[in-house]
Amino acid sequence: MLSLTLAELAGWHPAITEFLISADAAGAKPARTLDAWLRALTDDRLSDIGMDRDQVLDHLEALAHQVETLRGTSEQSVRSLTVLGGHDKSDRPEVLTLTLQVGDVLCIVGPTGSGKSRLLADIECLAQGDTPTGRRVLVNDAPPDPGWRFASGRKLIAQLSQNMNFVVDLTVGEFVAMHADCRMAPNRDAVVREVIACANDLAGESFAVGVSLTQLSGGQTRALMIADTALLSASPVVLIDEIENAGIDRKKALALLIAQEKIVLISTHDPVLALLGSRRIVLRNGAVAEIIETGADEKANLAILERIDRSLMEVRHRLRCGQRIDVPLAWPPTLDNE
Amino acid sequence: MRVITVAGPPSVGKTSVIVRTVKALATQGLDVGIVKFDALSTSDDQVYRRAGLPVVVGLSGSVCPDHFFVSNIDDCLGWGQQAGLDILIAESAGLCNRCSPHIQGVLAVCVVDMLSGIHTPRKIGPMLKLADLAVVTKGDIVSQAEREVFAFNVRLANPRAIILFFNGITGQGAAELAFHLRQAPPVETLDGRRLRFPMPSSVCPYCIGETVIGRDHQRGNVRKMSFESASA
Repeated sequence: MLSLTLAELAGWHPAITEFLISADAAGAKPARTLDAWLRALTDDRLSDIGMDRDQVLDHLEALAHQVETLRGTSEQSVRSLTVLGGHDKSDRPEVLTLTLQVGDVLCIVGPTGSGKSRLLADIECLAQGDTPTGRRVLVNDAPPDPGWRFASGRKLIAQLSQNMNFVVDLTVGEFVAMHADCRMAPNRDAVVREVIACANDLAGESFAVGVSLTQLSGGQTRALMIADTALLSASPVVLIDEIENAGIDRKKALALLIAQEKIVLISTHDPVLALLGSRRIVLRNGAVAEIIETGADEKANLAILERIDRSLMEVRHRLRCGQRIDVPLAWPPTLDNE
Repeated sequence: MRVITVAGPPSVGKTSVIVRTVKALATQGLDVGIVKFDALSTSDDQVYRRAGLPVVVGLSGSVCPDHFFVSNIDDCLGWGQQAGLDILIAESAGLCNRCSPHIQGVLAVCVVDMLSGIHTPRKIGPMLKLADLAVVTKGDIVSQAEREVFAFNVRLANPRAIILFFNGITGQGAAELAFHLRQAPPVETLDGRRLRFPMPSSVCPYCIGETVIGRDHQRGNVRKMSFESASA
């Protein structure tokens, strides 16, 4: 590595150039070898960087290695996850073999303290009987490789909840491009366009590339988060936690995540969202008490709930446009008509 | 006794991270004690006491907090050994983002918070760059995308560190951090050990109480700003 020129190193990844320049901009001449650059660093510069020469070299080597790893397709692909039962809070055995395939949508219901977070934590850390619940999680029908299980930065679950906000002060376009760079997406501009187009498709009100993230409405924010998670997140599992229904097409959102081969978990008590999934699990006293298949009767009720939901959306829309809600609402007949 | 240094900018959640993790360690029968370093005042010792943990506080007052840390850390070890601790955790705030109390051969943790901005990992000096574990807090309230960008930037700032996400409110991540803390190497004494990186040198009249502004008073180790590029 020492005999390479800075120009050659720069070709590996912008992060390496950035480090060299932040360390010593004046000395970072492209034709210089790394060795010559290191030797020319003054003590003052080293003190500013906060590393000695060996540490700088070590940092660059580790950085180069990380870039290789991130670029490589070493990411193990998750086709299925299987949760094997442990025990509940009273130490009674939990009878459970729950297999989740990519494209599955599973709802999780249960009161506060019933163990929803614990179940998600078990999946996230790929529990092997070593968490308080005693559950085990199989990946592609087999116990996960321990090296992969404890690999730094491996995030199995991408989370989306109503408490989450964009806090960075950037435009939509700049930020999505930044995320794409982190994923080392080869066709960055195309991905950015796709994410924003998808988000606009989900959001009730459309927004432009140049708008600031912090100016987006609640619905637009949620739509962008979903589109970005679907298309740019490395995590194979997506958890949607109690997401509000403000101006976002939930059906389309789920379809988008399924199309990207995600396993979708939804923690919600919103009836429309809960019945959209094919199954829902009921948590009680720290264990899965029941798995309910969404049957034909429930699907029929879902259709009615969706109509009520649409009517409510319409009323909201009228309010937003400054209109009156003075026409008598005839909901029960509406339900019978359609 | 195992020793761990935990550093991080103010208000990132160091104390919450420690309390939650120590709970996980206590269930494994380990006795943990805390040394809390701060500059002017702290009430975190009460938080630790409420959690039933032995704690001593070191306030640096008018002395550079990190220099104060180095001058006292070996005595802290003596206290921990006398108290019969299995693990001693030294918590200190990195007050100028520059210093790091990390010691060679002692497990070093740096806590950073996601609300501080996605570029923050690049701005933190040796405290993050030379840590063994980077614990990222407050991720539950920012978008998934920002979490991923932040983690990426932490990895670029410190490519060798293990990165852990930690929710200081629910304690999610505590079991994993406890697992890593148990791997800390045992330390008998710190006498003769070295810091991972020198603290900044700054010996000038202002260090010893000068208050007058002016060129005549800028002697010793003084560095001046350059305005060339600004006026060009």
